[in-house]
Amino acid sequence: MPATGAPTKITQGSPAKGGIGESTLRPDGTLKVTGEFAYSSDMWHEDMLWGQILRSTVAHAEIVSIDTSEALATAGVYAILTYDDLPTEVKNYGLEIQDTPVLAHGKVRHHGEPVAIVAADHPETARRAAAKIKVDYRELPVITDEASATAPDAILVHEGRDDHHSGHVPHPNIVHRQPIVRGDVAAARERADVIVTGEYTFGMQDQAFLGPESGLAVPEEDGGVHLYVATQWLHSDLRQIAPVLGLPEDKVRMTLSGVGGAFGGREDLSMQIHACLLALRTGKPVKIVYNRFESFFGHVHRHPAKLYYEHGATRDGKLTHLKCRIVLDGGAYASASPAVVGNASSLSVGPYVVDDVDIEAVALYTNNPPCGAMRGFGAVQACFAYEAQMDKLAKKLGMDPVKFRQLNAMEQGTLMPTGQPVDSPAPVAELLRRVTAMPLPPERQWESSEGADVRQLPGGLSNTTHGEGVVRGVGYAVGIKNVGFSEGFDDYSTAKVRVEVAGGEAVATVHTAMAEVGQGGVTVHAQIARTELGVAQVTIHPADTQVGSAGSTSASRQTYVTGGAVKNACELVREKVLEIGRRKFGSYHPAWATAELLLEGGKVVTDGGEVLGDLADVLEGESVEIEAEWRHRPTEAFDLRTGQGNGHVQYSFAAHRAVVEVDTELGLVKVIELACAQDVGKALNPLSVVGQIQGGTTQGLGVAVMEEIIVDPKTAKVRNPSFTDYLIPTILDTPTIPVDVLELADDHAPYGLRGIGEAPTLSSTPAVLAAIRDATGLELNRTPVRPEHLTGTA
Amino acid sequence: MRVNFTVNGRPQEADDVWEGESLLYVLRERLGLPGSKNACEQGECGSCTVRLDGVPVCSCLVAAGQVEGREVVTVEGLADYARQRAEGGCATGAPGTSLDAAKDWRAKGTDSRTGEGAELSTVQQAFIDAGAVQCGFCTPGLLVAADEMLEHHPDPSDADIREALSGNLCRCTGYEKIMDAVRLAAARQSEGV
Repeated sequence: MPATGAPTKITQGSPAKGGIGESTLRPDGTLKVTGEFAYSSDMWHEDMLWGQILRSTVAHAEIVSIDTSEALATAGVYAILTYDDLPTEVKNYGLEIQDTPVLAHGKVRHHGEPVAIVAADHPETARRAAAKIKVDYRELPVITDEASATAPDAILVHEGRDDHHSGHVPHPNIVHRQPIVRGDVAAARERADVIVTGEYTFGMQDQAFLGPESGLAVPEEDGGVHLYVATQWLHSDLRQIAPVLGLPEDKVRMTLSGVGGAFGGREDLSMQIHACLLALRTGKPVKIVYNRFESFFGHVHRHPAKLYYEHGATRDGKLTHLKCRIVLDGGAYASASPAVVGNASSLSVGPYVVDDVDIEAVALYTNNPPCGAMRGFGAVQACFAYEAQMDKLAKKLGMDPVKFRQLNAMEQGTLMPTGQPVDSPAPVAELLRRVTAMPLPPERQWESSEGADVRQLPGGLSNTTHGEGVVRGVGYAVGIKNVGFSEGFDDYSTAKVRVEVAGGEAVATVHTAMAEVGQGGVTVHAQIARTELGVAQVTIHPADTQVGSAGSTSASRQTYVTGGAVKNACELVREKVLEIGRRKFGSYHPAWATAELLLEGGKVVTDGGEVLGDLADVLEGESVEIEAEWRHRPTEAFDLRTGQGNGHVQYSFAAHRAVVEVDTELGLVKVIELACAQDVGKALNPLSVVGQIQGGTTQGLGVAVMEEIIVDPKTAKVRNPSFTDYLIPTILDTPTIPVDVLELADDHAPYGLRGIGEAPTLSSTPAVLAAIRDATGLELNRTPVRPEHLTGTA
Repeated sequence: MRVNFTVNGRPQEADDVWEGESLLYVLRERLGLPGSKNACEQGECGSCTVRLDGVPVCSCLVAAGQVEGREVVTVEGLADYARQRAEGGCATGAPGTSLDAAKDWRAKGTDSRTGEGAELSTVQQAFIDAGAVQCGFCTPGLLVAADEMLEHHPDPSDADIREALSGNLCRCTGYEKIMDAVRLAAARQSEGV
């Protein structure tokens, strides 16, 4: 019997052309508003069991013993597995460095690390059984920051490292280090009339996607397993899962279930291997669903960071040099830390012209929660710091902060600190101009004829002020984010496209392994197929591993790379269709051979507009199907000593203006408006583009004023793993977000598009901070800002 | 234990319910109605919002036994519920459903694969049209909450909308398109569209 909730094809016809550039509606929209869209936690199977993970209650300890006997004796429990039950020699996994144990072996390295897994007939039975497992820990000192990680007698978080970064790092508790050196900082420093320094702190942010980690593993008759799961990259999961199970990859079939958001938090595995292990052991389907508490332990977070910056500028406002050091806390396991280091270092200058730089970024191994990918990926932390520096410099020079930025803004042709030229439009000054040109929201909006509307004031319905002590501030920021996987990674996507005749009409099917996590990739794929093939009806096949890899839904890359792959496959299909047409009808009309032919409105037409025939007649019972890989331009690794290299393929730029009102007596902030201008190259779906910009902007707002995972520095334990204590913006915390979309084509990219998902998350945070500084006059070198930072009671 | 209650106008009986189970669990895992979502299971996110005798509640915080003999409306029944309200069947509270109507009740649209052709309520259609759905995990709860607000408050100000939806977290949209959707639904409702 098939699993309930297994995804099926989604077909969407479009009355209009429905091609690129239109705000076509989501093909999964109806299912999502009726409650029928099957997310990974909705999967159901007859006779299924529930899996539960027992996690460590301490951050750093040796495991002396594990006793599962009482738990195993619980009625309804089918299996309990620990490290000793793992079936093969492969017992670790990881995105780049396989340092993460499937189940802890001899030691736990962070609070919440998986130690044992239970399968039972009811989730509560599984939870209670897990609680009966006795684990005897011998606690070890915790490593929580750079000083404790690199102390001469520091305990090594991972002993005997032999990964490809271990040879060049200055200490085994440093995952990766990337310096970037260009020009002559000492000489440039001499030219500076003003120098500003800053030490900045960026708190640990959680992706807080709403759909919890979950999935269903169904054992199959051939000894394999079928996993229905929410992830960002099916094939990356598969590469990590199969070796641990001891199965060839073709015996681990993966189908993407509905994904309730991701934002980087589903790049690493969570419950995938655990569910498969339990299913294979019990011979029954096993469902695992984290609750929110567990979700906070079940995925990596955004790296908290310390950033040490020094900038110089001449009296007339030109930047002379940058020295900076960025220390990212990677936590107990590597996850995406090496790539985050590459981004943080190469994007640490921001979208500015600075020829003389001395940059270093490192990621630490500590006993804090593991950190990895989150929207903005290393560029977010840097942007917070360099934008604070820009405001400090402007202030010191007595210049307008926007004009100062524009004076130093990069343009097409500017060299990155890595020596790589920016070879597509870089409208940094223009985006700042646009965001500045938007009308400001009126002052004192809370005032009404009936008195103060407290809902418009800081503190809201807590009724803490009627306007007394409330000060307005305005701040600006701009940022740069790379698009696509960088540093020489072979970043490709695969698409399989078919055209055939159904019901007398030519229809297309697009099959990729792209993880639709909410971003709207499925909408765009159908639009691309309509544009390239001239068909109205496009079916989106469920994403699975029966087709080649589509890479990750991250790095703002899916519309560019998998969209590019769909476009490419459509073009190949079109060529084949036209070839068939020429063969069948070429002798009847010379235009078949001589004219440039297009597919439009279900017909073959010449570029002059002459209709040569129906696509349905050309195909006549045949179908054309092509699966092909597509790549963006190759990139290079950064040199390990100098950081030089053509490491990135594309950049994305956004600017924000924040307007805040601060109750200076209580330290409460209300963001009144957060305006954004972004260059998107080409908006394939304008409605979705604006939605991405507003969503990214709001995540940036969250980490400006409320979002932070609090880790106890003494115990390295997480103190706020819930939505009661980890606050994400509600609709009351989120202001209006006017968006100005600029479309300057990148000639290297499909349709000229730019990856857009991450850039708005960068500049949102520093713009809000700048506005709060403007309102309060405080320096504010950390984010998020809490009331005590504004009232001087921290 | 056994729990008898009405879901979307149809009498339901859930057997072997453990006393600690929530209404959300019974709906999702025992009655095959997973539309109400499980984003936090601690009453903070609103993704599991249903109407219990007409009142919006977090179904994760309602013990299953508490719904004995009561009426529940979930996102799966929202279109029917709104239609009956529009027909004057029941302006507030739970809809009265005849036994025959209950027997004919079905949650699915005309095409179960795509939902195409499903009859949608005004607020459901507005969420699609305004681009208020991204990952969609918050959507069911927001729809139930927004529909309830519009039932009582057909011409809400922006501040009213924000206040009414402040118990529903969304992580994708930044809420702007959700605001657009509710404004659109209010406008269409007032025009009788």
